This record gives sequence, C-alpha cells and structure tokens, in this order.
Amino acid sequence: MERSEDAAEAGLSNRWPEILVALFLLAVGVIVVSDSMRIGTGWEEGEGPQAGYFPFYIGCILLVSSGWILIGALARISKPQPQFASWVELKSVMQMLVPLSIYIVAVVYLGLYVSSFVLIAYFMKVHGKFGVIGTVLTSVGVPLAAFMLFERWFLVPLPKGPIEQMLGL
Amino acid sequence: MEELNNLLHGFSVALTLPNLGFMVLGITLGILIGVLPGLGGANGIAILLPLTFSMDQTSAIIMLSCIYWGALFGGAITSILFNIPGEPWSVATTFDGFPLAQQGRAGAALTAAFTSSFVGAFFAVLLITFLAPLVAKFALKFGAAEMFAVQMLTFCSFVGMSKEPPAKTLAVMALGFAMAAVGMDTVTGTLRMTYGFPELLKGFDFLIAVIGLFGIGEILLTMEEGLAFKGKSAKIQLNIVLQTWKELLRYWRTSIRSVLVGCWMGVTPGGATPASFMAYGLARRGAKDKDSFGKGNVEGVVAPETAAHAAGTSALLPMLTLGIPGSPTAAVLLGGLLIWGLQPGPLLFQEKPDFVWGLIASMYLGNIVGLIVVLTTVPWWAAILRIPFSVIGPVIIVICAIGAYTVHSSIFDVIMMLVFGVFGYLFKKLRYPLAPLVLALVLGDMAESSFRQSMLLSQGSLSIFWANPLVAGLMSLSFVMLLWPIVPALKHYLRGRD
Repeated sequence: MERSEDAAEAGLSNRWPEILVALFLLAVGVIVVSDSMRIGTGWEEGEGPQAGYFPFYIGCILLVSSGWILIGALARISKPQPQFASWVELKSVMQMLVPLSIYIVAVVYLGLYVSSFVLIAYFMKVHGKFGVIGTVLTSVGVPLAAFMLFERWFLVPLPKGPIEQMLGL
Repeated sequence: MEELNNLLHGFSVALTLPNLGFMVLGITLGILIGVLPGLGGANGIAILLPLTFSMDQTSAIIMLSCIYWGALFGGAITSILFNIPGEPWSVATTFDGFPLAQQGRAGAALTAAFTSSFVGAFFAVLLITFLAPLVAKFALKFGAAEMFAVQMLTFCSFVGMSKEPPAKTLAVMALGFAMAAVGMDTVTGTLRMTYGFPELLKGFDFLIAVIGLFGIGEILLTMEEGLAFKGKSAKIQLNIVLQTWKELLRYWRTSIRSVLVGCWMGVTPGGATPASFMAYGLARRGAKDKDSFGKGNVEGVVAPETAAHAAGTSALLPMLTLGIPGSPTAAVLLGGLLIWGLQPGPLLFQEKPDFVWGLIASMYLGNIVGLIVVLTTVPWWAAILRIPFSVIGPVIIVICAIGAYTVHSSIFDVIMMLVFGVFGYLFKKLRYPLAPLVLALVLGDMAESSFRQSMLLSQGSLSIFWANPLVAGLMSLSFVMLLWPIVPALKHYLRGRD
C-alpha cells in the first residue's frame, strides 16, 4: 500500500513543461516577426501602414514576454519545482488523450458517426465496465441522435466516410 | 425615462410565446452545459452557435443568452452537491456550499445560491438598462484613436488585474493577436503567416479555439483529477426555500457588496471568477464569525454566487455598447452577433433598437425563468451527474467535435480543436490565463483596424493617442494597469533600501 502511495506522489515537475511552452511561444514570436518583416512593417507612401505593421509589434511583445518567462524558468532550473502532475495523473490524461487523438484521425477517414460509435463503446466497455446491451444502446444511440438532429432537422451535413456511402446515406 | 419606454417595448418583443419557449430551452440547455464537466458557457454557446444561423436574430440571441444564464446557475449545482465546480467561477461556492450539503442542508445551500445568482444578475441588468444607453451615446463620439484606447485599456486591465503572472498574460494575449492576424489582411489583401496552406487563408476561428481550449482542455483536466462522483442527493421543498429566503435577508450587506464587486469586475474585463473569489474574501473579512466560513456558512455561498452572476451579466454591457466583451462567453456572443451581420457598438442601439431592447428585456425574463426552472428541476440535474464519466466523457468529445466541424464544415477545424485542447490543458497547468487569449483572438482584427485608422489619421504619429483629454486619459489608465504588477516589486525594493 505504501509503495503505491509513493508512486502517486512521484511525478513530472514543472521544469520542462514550463521551458518547452516558453520555447514554443518564443518560436511563434520569431515566426510572427520574420513574416511581418517579409511583408513589410513600415509605411507605404500614400497607402498607410503596411500589412506587417501591427503584427510586427505583436510579435515583439510575444518575443519579450516569452523570453522573460524562459529566463525565469531557466534561472529556477536547479531549484525544486512545483509538480506539473503526478505520473498516475498523467497516465489518466493519456488514457483520454490517446483515444481522443485516434478518434480525430478516424473522423478524417471514417467520418464522424462510425468513429463516435467506436469511441463511446471503447470508453464504456474498457473504462466503465458496462454490459454489452448498455454499451451498444448508448454508443449507437448518440451518433443516431446526432444524425437525426443535424442531417434531418437542421440540414447540417456532418463528415461521413465509406461506410455511410455503402449504406447510401 | 426614455429607457423605460424602450424597455417596455423590449418586453413586447421578448414576451412572445416562441421566445418564452426559447428561453426555457436555453436555460435548460445552459444548466446542462453548466452541470457537465468539459462543457461551459463559452464553448457550449460556441457549439450551438451554428444551429442558430437559420433562426430569427432576436430569438437566437435570447436563446443564447439564456444558455449563458443557465450555465451560471448550473455551475452552482455541481459545486454544492458534488464539490466539483462545473465552472471556474463556482470554485468559491464549493468552500461553504459542499460542507452545507454534507450537513444535510443541501436544499438551503442551493436555494441560497440560486437566489443570490438571481439577485446579482438582476442588479447587473438594471445597470445595463440605465447605463448602457448612456455609454453607447457617449461612445458615438469615439473616433478610431478612442476605440483603440478602450481596447488597449481592456487588454492592459488583464495584465494589471489577473492573478496569473503578468508575463504569461502578455504572452498569451500576443499569441491571440498573432493568431488573429493569420490569413488575408483585409486592408491590403496581403497573405500573412499562411505559408502556402490553404486552410490558413481564413485564419484561426476563435470558436474552434474556445471549443478546444475550454472543452477538450477541461476534459483532460477532469481526467487528471480522476472523477469519483460521490454526491449528495437533493430535493428542494417549498418550506426550505421560504426559510432560506428569510435567512438571506440578513445578508443584505454582503449582497450589496458582492453586487458592486461583480458589476465592477464584469464591466472591466476581470470576469466572474476573480469576482467570486474577491466577494468571498470580502464577506469573510467583514463577518463577525470568521471561523464558520469554510465549514458551511450560508453567507459564504451568497457572496461568490451574487458576484459571479453580477459579473457574468454586466460583462454584456461593454459588449453591447463598445463591442468589447468582458468575458470569454460574452466574446462568443459577440462572435455570434458579428456572424449575423450585427456590429455591436454604439450604433447598434440606434440601428437595431428592437434587437437591443429585446435582449435586455429577455435578461430580466430569462433570470426569472431560470430561477424557477433551477429550483424545480434540481433532482434531475443531480441524477445526470451520477452518470459515470466513462459515458459522459466520450459523449462530450463527440459533441465538441460536431461543434467544431459545423462552424465552417471543415475537418481541419476538428484537428485544430485537438491542438487547442492540448494547449488548453498545458496553459491551465502552467498558469497561463485563457481569457485574454480568447479575447485577443476575437478583438484582434478590430484592434488592428482601429490602430491602423488612427495611424492613417495622424500620418503615422503616435501623438494621436494623446491628442485630447479623453484618449490621453484612457491611454494613461492603460499604462497604469499595464505597469500595476511592478508596484509590489518596487515597494519591496524601496523598503529594502531604507
């Protein structure tokens, strides 16, 4: 019992997430500034400010503020850091994030209805330990309800894949 | 008394049978959104927005704003019964609401919360009724420089007032502005930061950002907390309601204070969440029995709920009159108005009085309808919360994906939703505030165009921002707000030298 408690407390510190996010923002800042310089940050005679005029300053603010965050994070790098999340917590996040990412890819190729059915059924069966009947009813019912609501009543088509095509929908 | 006439006219617009139906529907959907984790006012409205495109504009905004009230009400239910704040602004409600429920006084806590919400919203609507036309009239005189100064003040206030580190507030704000700039520049037609991707031509849509940041991000956070719903069941009997109302009268001082805090934080873009914490803190400081706070004091429910609703409602005042939303949800409503071809701002009051006053009247009616609906339907909502997260979670993901797709019928947006979701989670964990990011994304184009217009007027000289007392005052105030976070550090430094 004691070991599992220890494991629950161990985790990822804020150190690297903080630095990586700051680096990402810094990179965005570089993109914004360089692209603004490409399209011109100055004054077009007779036209007014060029297209990069405003974004240039925005990019500068982004560079300065993210640089400030990065320097702060680097200065604290060897000091003890607050925990970002424990490993156990991160594992539960991944239990959602991985199926979620697969779901999004599936929506692109299989359409929304089939992917949603699989996603709901997966969660109910694997994490919820529901019976077969409850799982099937819910995982079929939700996409079916979405189909009726969007395609039939509001006439908003949702992404469909090869299976719907086979059914002629 | 022109306002009263306008308001009466507004009631005649709002009080039709279909509109009342939309109100009840909106409130019910709103409570559902507020109760479910991962769906909140902002992304709930963002998801439902595309469905309203075919509706009558007034009915649509009535329904959407009622969803907003409903979400505000719904957040309190989960806080009190389950100790899970459905919305960030109901975190402070859990401090005393959940202990009350544990002591078997859930009915009293819920009645106190709903009634206080109603009171807070009611005073904020009064403020809107009488102040909004004045602000709008005043703002009619605004030129491009004044408009930019107001926008500048909005963003600087975020830096000055947010509890998050100022550098992080600045960074996400700039990120929002940068994302708003992506795509075709409307003035010169130049492509900005598209790098040849046709998907980027239209830029980043803030609705997708809202659904990802708040919806998917929240789902990931909920997973991390590991959901074990162990809630208290609740029924509200009439005699408990009446008893609680009698008790509430004693807290009139706290109510007034919380209304003031809420209205102030709502009009300036502080938002409902800090307002609720501030009001809670003030109530505790002012109370005789400080120790009872946190252990189940009804006053500790009254203060945050009143302030959160006052803030949530008064956030619509700058949205309607200046086109500057005071909260992310108000920003989404603003986005809706823009999509319907209505430009919020001072002219809206002159050009679309039916719409504006119908909306204001519906705020009164919507809150009354909301109070009745929540008081009578609490047991159902509590039952919904007992559905395990292994069902609710994936269903909400499906709803978010549908919502993201329907905005532009674009698969790319669904992928972007996931990206925004991951960043929403990271930003929340690392204390980057999300509200300034969303507001910058919404207001980016507007701020840029007012800045450019000012520059055109002055031939590129920044002195236009100090050309008259009004614009100079606004700009100075902005800089005070921007530099506010330095004050404690400066004090510390000066004290260290003595």
